[in-house]
Amino acid sequence: MTATVELTTRTAAAGQLISGAKADWEVIIGMEAHAQVASQAKLFSGASTAFGGAPNSHVSLVDAAMPGMLPVINRACVAQAVRTGLGLNARINLKSRFDRKNYFYPDLPQGYQISQYQEPIVGEGEVRVEPDEGDPFVVGIERLHLEQDAGKSIHDQDPRFSLVDLNRSGVALMEIVTRPDIRSADEAKAFLVKLRTILRYLGTCDGDMEKGSLRADINVSVREPGATLGTRCEIKNVNSIRFIGQAVAHEARRQIAVIEDGGTIEQETRLFDPQRGETRSMRSKEEAHDYRYFPDPDLLPLVIDEAFVDGLRGDLPELPDAKKARFVADYGLPDHDAAVLVAERDLAGYFEAAAAGREPRLAANWVINELGGRLNRDGLTIAESPVSAERLAGVLDLVAAGTISGKMAKDLFEIVWTEDGDPAEIAASRGMQQVTDTGEIDALVDQVIADNPDKAAEAREKPQLVGWFVGQVMKASQGKANPKAVNEALRAKLGL
Amino acid sequence: MTDLTDLGIGAIRDGLAAREFSARELTDAYLEAMEATRALNAYVAETPERARAAADESDKRLAAGEARALEGVPIGVKDLFCTEGVHTQAASSILDAFRPTYESTVTANLWADGAVMLGKLNMDEFAMGSSNETSCYGPVVNPWRSADSNADLVPGGSSGGSAAAVAARLCAAAIGTDTGGSIRQPAAFTGTVGIKPTYGRCSRWGIVAFASSLDQAGPITRDVLDAAIMLKSMASVDPADTTSVDRPVPNYEAALERGVKGLRIGIPKEYRMDGMPAAIETVWQQGEAWLREAGATIEEITLPHTQYALPAYYIVAPAEASSNLARYDGVRYGLRAGDGDVTEMYEATRSAGFGKEVKRRVLIGTYVLSAGYYDAYYLRAQRVRALIKRDFDIVFDAGIDAILTPATPTAAFAVASMATASPIEMYLNDIFTVTANMSGHPGIAVPAALTDDGLPLGLQLIGKPFDEEMLFRVGRVLEDAAGHFTPKRWWS
Repeated sequence: MTATVELTTRTAAAGQLISGAKADWEVIIGMEAHAQVASQAKLFSGASTAFGGAPNSHVSLVDAAMPGMLPVINRACVAQAVRTGLGLNARINLKSRFDRKNYFYPDLPQGYQISQYQEPIVGEGEVRVEPDEGDPFVVGIERLHLEQDAGKSIHDQDPRFSLVDLNRSGVALMEIVTRPDIRSADEAKAFLVKLRTILRYLGTCDGDMEKGSLRADINVSVREPGATLGTRCEIKNVNSIRFIGQAVAHEARRQIAVIEDGGTIEQETRLFDPQRGETRSMRSKEEAHDYRYFPDPDLLPLVIDEAFVDGLRGDLPELPDAKKARFVADYGLPDHDAAVLVAERDLAGYFEAAAAGREPRLAANWVINELGGRLNRDGLTIAESPVSAERLAGVLDLVAAGTISGKMAKDLFEIVWTEDGDPAEIAASRGMQQVTDTGEIDALVDQVIADNPDKAAEAREKPQLVGWFVGQVMKASQGKANPKAVNEALRAKLGL
Repeated sequence: MTDLTDLGIGAIRDGLAAREFSARELTDAYLEAMEATRALNAYVAETPERARAAADESDKRLAAGEARALEGVPIGVKDLFCTEGVHTQAASSILDAFRPTYESTVTANLWADGAVMLGKLNMDEFAMGSSNETSCYGPVVNPWRSADSNADLVPGGSSGGSAAAVAARLCAAAIGTDTGGSIRQPAAFTGTVGIKPTYGRCSRWGIVAFASSLDQAGPITRDVLDAAIMLKSMASVDPADTTSVDRPVPNYEAALERGVKGLRIGIPKEYRMDGMPAAIETVWQQGEAWLREAGATIEEITLPHTQYALPAYYIVAPAEASSNLARYDGVRYGLRAGDGDVTEMYEATRSAGFGKEVKRRVLIGTYVLSAGYYDAYYLRAQRVRALIKRDFDIVFDAGIDAILTPATPTAAFAVASMATASPIEMYLNDIFTVTANMSGHPGIAVPAALTDDGLPLGLQLIGKPFDEEMLFRVGRVLEDAAGHFTPKRWWS
């Protein structure tokens, strides 16, 4: 083949290329994310979607595909799909259609999955990703469609039989298909993190990958930069951000090795094995199913109107990109801080509560570093934080008023973390108050200068040495002196 | 005393109201007749205890002056309808021992109106057939016999048990389903009335699916009045079937006596097939004459895509069936065969559980939906379908009130006589009826004449969507002109 396939998308940055034995390679990645719709009931039945019920306890007659049963579309799931489409800046299709994807499997009771093949409910959109490291990039969304999840086959409970749990059978999924716009394992991870953030902001998927609420099929191919697109392999059902990075990295290296050894990549479906950190072949193109898609005759085309979409649009929460822009503009936060804070809706909310009427940068710093670090250490989420935004604000107020020093604030924070209580009262009852009395400070300053005449002489020549004196005075005050007052006193006494 | 089983629903209603007999006596009369008539193989399951209990309840209601629309009327139910706790197998081995835990909407409507279930009626397996010979319970025998032979004849299909039971007085009325003619063709073969309502008029919820976009429930009855009474109770909008339509159900009975004066009746020239038996041509012309005499205008019309209806039907229906029948896999209910791995279990179960005709259609359906064939078959068939519907729309928009056609291309034929014929010959039975399924229009078959051999022939009327009233109204005029047809009672 000589024709180059025109990719309307981006080219990898030089740093993203993978060096093989013979050449540098560009990795081309597209994703199909399967996000479980946050909904009380399943896509076409009234059965519960609750996680963790006894096997086959959330199964309606429809889910079990009893004879004569018919699907009825769940309007709440449709609304969630539209909300997600809006959150992905995507076109909403007012008319969409459900098709049957036919295949036999014991955990697929109908013998077909109801999905949207030809006419999805959401069309093209895009997601902007700003990774911690590396350049921002945009991933095109090709479509989002609604479909049923299958049940679960369990093979290790009986020597002779497999067991089937239909609790998940019929649960609504959104399949979100990207364009092949992703160029590295890190980008793949960053994209899914961003997608998860958007879904969580919207409340349309809890994004809990451990429970399988969000998982991804990843299409990976490699090529020499500018060359024809390579043959892709699809890695099925990767269920953690870390595994996504590992799977892409391994698969890219595997493909490069095959090609550089003179082999060719066969289009196939592969599985990622987290134990061994590698992908392995599941089925080849020849073994691929013929799904015999056709429009589901039990369901009329799904028609929604502009008013329905507008109503949902009007109720959308502020999304991460908009929130970040606002944090930068209104609070004057550095880009990075704003990005960290908006990564989780609860964290952003916490910050705004703590920052209200205070110095935003100080608040951001505390939320990100002190609180964030402490939460990390204990493996807690922001929602589980023992220190409420109000308590943290109390600490910040004491700092701003000069009542306590930064060092004291950290100690006070630790006390609030473990014991809770009003920061102002704790500070008062435990004598956590910095010395601002100038007489007391002056005395300490005089003492330190008197004890170090040589240094004092030196400092008069080199004013930056005043820092050393500040340290000495603070030490002499057992950390309680107000560093700003100490600094001023020293400069006056040393004649700087 | 009149045999109670000779009474139609109208007469039953009057007799019960006047306390001439009780609902229990009526039901017992039918149970007795059923027992004496097992040779016809019309019922696959009898529910006498349940029937008597329901009849007793009806008698209480009657005594209390709380009679409902079908109070105490004993009816038979095609085995395709799911009936709670009662045998429901779609006449297939693959649903071996299946007992639903739920009741179909149509039957629930009937019970809510006081009807009494006598049992489940034989049918072609999964409603696939035109002779009731594909049933896992064996063929149903038509109560009609040719004047010069004692050979068993087929009652038509797939609702063959329903039609035979009505004709042989084994129920006051029966319900069936019609996917390509499965109510109208057996009605025509047995001298009974059968109506396939507009698609969406009756809920499909709880009816074992054959071809979802074509299936529709309807009654088979002794006369047009009974069909009107039955359909009134069967029809409803159902939130559980989103293809059912939210329109008020009219009082069909009120339409019966309106006559046809001033109506415009269309005669589609494309239905005049080459090689059509003279008897069919004769009955068709007779029907025209009756309606003309009653004051209607007869007009030749054209439905140009008619010839494509049957081939397109035999793509769409098997395609949907191949998918609808995928759930019968041995995993959750019904038959399970084989003791190897899951693939072997599927193969063994479906090989043993499905009959030959069902397998044929599943294979056809799988083929026409396969990658590379979908556009050539399924998509084209759907386009043909749109054209067939448009043919009807044009005619009705031009002011035609109803279309008159023969119901079937022949009278009933002998059991097993088609055994060696090509399946296509059997499929030709549906030639006049499939169009209404493809377009969704309502169609009714009304008995019109006997052949020289003494076998019933029917005429079909096709109407505008949701204008079943027109079909009852015109059908009643045909019925008044043709009279009623009852088979000689040779079976008991």
